[in-house]
Amino acid sequence: MIAYLLLFLSTLPSFAAEPPVRVGSKAFTEGYVLGELLAQTLEDKGGPRVERRFGLGATGILFAALKAGEIDLYPEYTGTIAEAILRKPELTILPEIAAALAPLGLVISSPLGFENNYALAVPAAYAEANGIRKISDLKRVMETVRTGFSHEFLSRADGLSAVSQAYGLKFAAGGAMDHALSYRGVQSGAVELLDVYSTDAKIKTLNLTVLEDDRHFFTRYQAVVLGRADFKATNPAAWARLESLKNTLSESRVRTLNYAVDERGLSFRAAVREYRGLSAEASHYWREMARRIAGRTREHLELVGVALFFSVLVGVPLGILSARYRRLGRGILAFSGLLQTIPSLALLCFLIPLFGIGLGSALVALFLYGLLPVVTSTYIGLLGIETGLIEMAAVLALTPWQALVKIKLPLASRQILSGIRTAAVISIGTATLAALIGAGGYGALIVAGLATNETATILEGAVPAAALALVVHFLFDAADSLLVPRGLR
Amino acid sequence: MNSPALALREVSKNFGDQVALKNVNLTVARGETHVLLGLSGSGKSTLVRILVGLSRPDAGTVDFADTGRGSAAVGYVPQEGGLFPHLSAARNITLVAGLRGMGRGTMRKRLDELSALMKLDPALLRKYPKELSGGQRQRVALMRAAFLEPALLVLDEPLGALDPLVRIGVQDELKAIFQKLKTSVVMVTHDIDEARFFADRLTLLRGGEVVQTGSFAELTNAPANEFVDKFFHSRRLWENA
Repeated sequence: MIAYLLLFLSTLPSFAAEPPVRVGSKAFTEGYVLGELLAQTLEDKGGPRVERRFGLGATGILFAALKAGEIDLYPEYTGTIAEAILRKPELTILPEIAAALAPLGLVISSPLGFENNYALAVPAAYAEANGIRKISDLKRVMETVRTGFSHEFLSRADGLSAVSQAYGLKFAAGGAMDHALSYRGVQSGAVELLDVYSTDAKIKTLNLTVLEDDRHFFTRYQAVVLGRADFKATNPAAWARLESLKNTLSESRVRTLNYAVDERGLSFRAAVREYRGLSAEASHYWREMARRIAGRTREHLELVGVALFFSVLVGVPLGILSARYRRLGRGILAFSGLLQTIPSLALLCFLIPLFGIGLGSALVALFLYGLLPVVTSTYIGLLGIETGLIEMAAVLALTPWQALVKIKLPLASRQILSGIRTAAVISIGTATLAALIGAGGYGALIVAGLATNETATILEGAVPAAALALVVHFLFDAADSLLVPRGLR
Repeated sequence: MNSPALALREVSKNFGDQVALKNVNLTVARGETHVLLGLSGSGKSTLVRILVGLSRPDAGTVDFADTGRGSAAVGYVPQEGGLFPHLSAARNITLVAGLRGMGRGTMRKRLDELSALMKLDPALLRKYPKELSGGQRQRVALMRAAFLEPALLVLDEPLGALDPLVRIGVQDELKAIFQKLKTSVVMVTHDIDEARFFADRLTLLRGGEVVQTGSFAELTNAPANEFVDKFFHSRRLWENA
């Protein structure tokens, strides 16, 4: 709705304000920090307004968002562009990459000045104990070393399988995990080998030894701005501001920025302001936190409420149809069951080209997830009605509609309501993932907290989400006594 | 006024190869209480389903007297009463009348009239079926069936679900109610005492066919065949034992 409004306003050139520049970012510390740096650089001294759409889940989501015009630009690495977007890992130099991006309507800026390469790292103590300095040294410990690789590293073409092949390594099985979790694993001793980024502040704080890439396997990951070509063409001044960052960021400067966020606990905004030599803003911790949670609560309720409303609006009639026409019903039930098996993040990615990033796709995904419990409960509730009562309705010569509204739905009401309750509770949990595509809600706090390994921020999102699920559960108990006819309780 | 309340002519019904009813002829006069008697599988249930419109005969005709009020042809009280658990007794009784646009005042009046006739405390009408006793539920079900003054009331083992001790009392009341309503009644039972108590005339069914129709005395004193004789005789033997 809001998106449509903005779209509408943006088509009225003489009345509307300039549309904001929409800056995206990935959901890890450096992503946020660089996104914030781009945003502040754009806004500086009379620059355009910026809308921050940070913390988007994965490269695929950001790429879809760029194509759909949901964001104008975001910070990315050349290696990722070649590998994950262009699917031409052989491209390594900037002009080649820029040329390959042109047909997609995308452009890249000059390099920001640092590289963030994939690397393998082990705890320094482990390196010393086993005499490991280079990746090829891993051969000696590959049977026993406890690994904690990220999902992305496991799935990339230049990731684990390729590096294993290049070095003749074969690791014992180890599960994939989120980066933030593998760091925790290092702290607890559960992880002894992990993939890292070379600018990672954790290398310093966790005292990791980065292993030498002695066969020069890993691609170089130069940081650049990836943007829409039409944005660059229509906003040359804004693009020039971004170009002013060319070669200004050394690896140590980026590590310092990451460190400020990860270890000193500064907000992205504050860390970037400090880096740019600006004074810190006054902070009101509790008030800020209350405001954050209140804002996220409103977003979360909106997501869940709107999605649930449509799940019920569509799910109950589908359940009625399923109970009425059994063959069709089997199809409907199988289809809504199938939807349930699609992993949330994958479903979100499918929906982005259709509904954009942010609220639209998140609402559609939650709506789809809410369908199954509502359809199934309506179907089971209707089929569970005693035959004698349905026949009585026929004997009393009620029309099919009267029988449905006056007899069947009220008799199935308890069952239907329990399905709606299940949909609501599932939806509250699933909605936390909506943050990965920029739809906000409690998930935004969880994602940001995970990215920076800040337990407090994770809890700011996770605790209210759990509380909300409980509150909704009890609200439905109350609704039970209001909506279910007295004779059935 | 001379046409019967119900007339079945040569009604047949098969389920696949199974013969459920075969050339059944049955006439119920106005104001008559007609009892259908038979063992299980004799076709009683199929006949009831045809009377109340849940099933169509394969052959033959079913005619009801025109009540001239556009009201329901048949009022039905199934074995367990068939009350809707989500509606109060009063709503159960007036549901159809309300849907057909009967005014509140008229409904109120008819409700009072019937509860007086059935000797049901009007306060009970606000209760839900599960809050009523078996006998009260049965009377509410009968009020619902009779509400729109149908040409015929069909009762399927109406007392079957009741406690044997309560049963005797309810039998008396029910008979009084039938007399006051002046409606024709078709009642299904397997209880010979109940049949004798209620029936102006009765019909004995066997294997989907009418074996004999007549008063209780006619059937017991002049049985049409050996089966009729044995049917009533076995009962007497059992009683005397």
